[in-house]
Amino acid sequence: MKFAVVVFPGSNCDIDMYHAIQDELGEEVEYVSYQETSLADYDAVLLPGGFSFGDYLRSGAIAARLPISEGIKQAALAGKPVLGVCNGFQVLLELGLLPGAMRRNRQLTFLCKPVQLIVENNVTVFTNSYENKQAITVPVAHGEGNYFCDVKTLDQLKKNNQIAFTYADDVNGSLERIAGITNAAGNVLGMMPHPERAVDELLGSADGLKMFQSILQHWRESHAITS
Amino acid sequence: MFEVNVFVTLKEAVLDPQGTAVNHSLHQLGYNEVEDVRIGKVLTLKMAGEKASVETRVTEMCEKLLANPVIEDYRFEIKEVLAQ
Repeated sequence: MKFAVVVFPGSNCDIDMYHAIQDELGEEVEYVSYQETSLADYDAVLLPGGFSFGDYLRSGAIAARLPISEGIKQAALAGKPVLGVCNGFQVLLELGLLPGAMRRNRQLTFLCKPVQLIVENNVTVFTNSYENKQAITVPVAHGEGNYFCDVKTLDQLKKNNQIAFTYADDVNGSLERIAGITNAAGNVLGMMPHPERAVDELLGSADGLKMFQSILQHWRESHAITS
Repeated sequence: MFEVNVFVTLKEAVLDPQGTAVNHSLHQLGYNEVEDVRIGKVLTLKMAGEKASVETRVTEMCEKLLANPVIEDYRFEIKEVLAQ
């Protein structure tokens, strides 16, 4: 399976993401510059954390208006797994591939610590290796992770089982403690916590590795069916 | 030549943690008559072009990039200025 890590000016978790795929998952991975226009050569697209374009205007706003965003949209439309972590999540919101928006953390401080997440839906491309309602430990590192959407959108998220992860505790003021959501089709996931920083016990937790294993598992299953 | 001031503000229903922090700080300084603070941003655009199209173009820019309609409102003021 071949993964793409899209690199924007200001990305700073791209190396962690690359390491997670190459060294921990053992699959093929390449960096793709924001100046490219297509992601057609890849089986999955990873949007890493960081501060794309310095977070100027709004987090993720400028990154979402580049030519590569067409490639990201095409990959999502083609049903490929598209994972946005932290700033990558903010880019997916700005792209309109996921609903809602991010506000500053309620307590205004930048948060950088391991937190407990609850797997709210384990039948997605990204979570099939977890148990339902499993508590996992994954670090957060963000200043703007306070998820917001309107009531109608929240109802739809619940109705379609689009809430993939919640925080066990209220860490940043997010609506209903939402930490990660998928699109209605289930192949696009945005999450603020960093699974790529939790892929080895040496890092304090290996709980994030199961997310990448889930993507691989899903790919192998769908590949076996279509071939 | 036109100067356009675009005001981007959080929607009323959206919590503004920055504004809340400034509100607290004003209270600590004794300005207790302040009941609420909301923080937004002002973008000042210098634009060439025909007067008729400026409003349309700026509206487009706001919808496409300058404001996030999920949490923000925008308005703008256009004034004609001398070309520099």
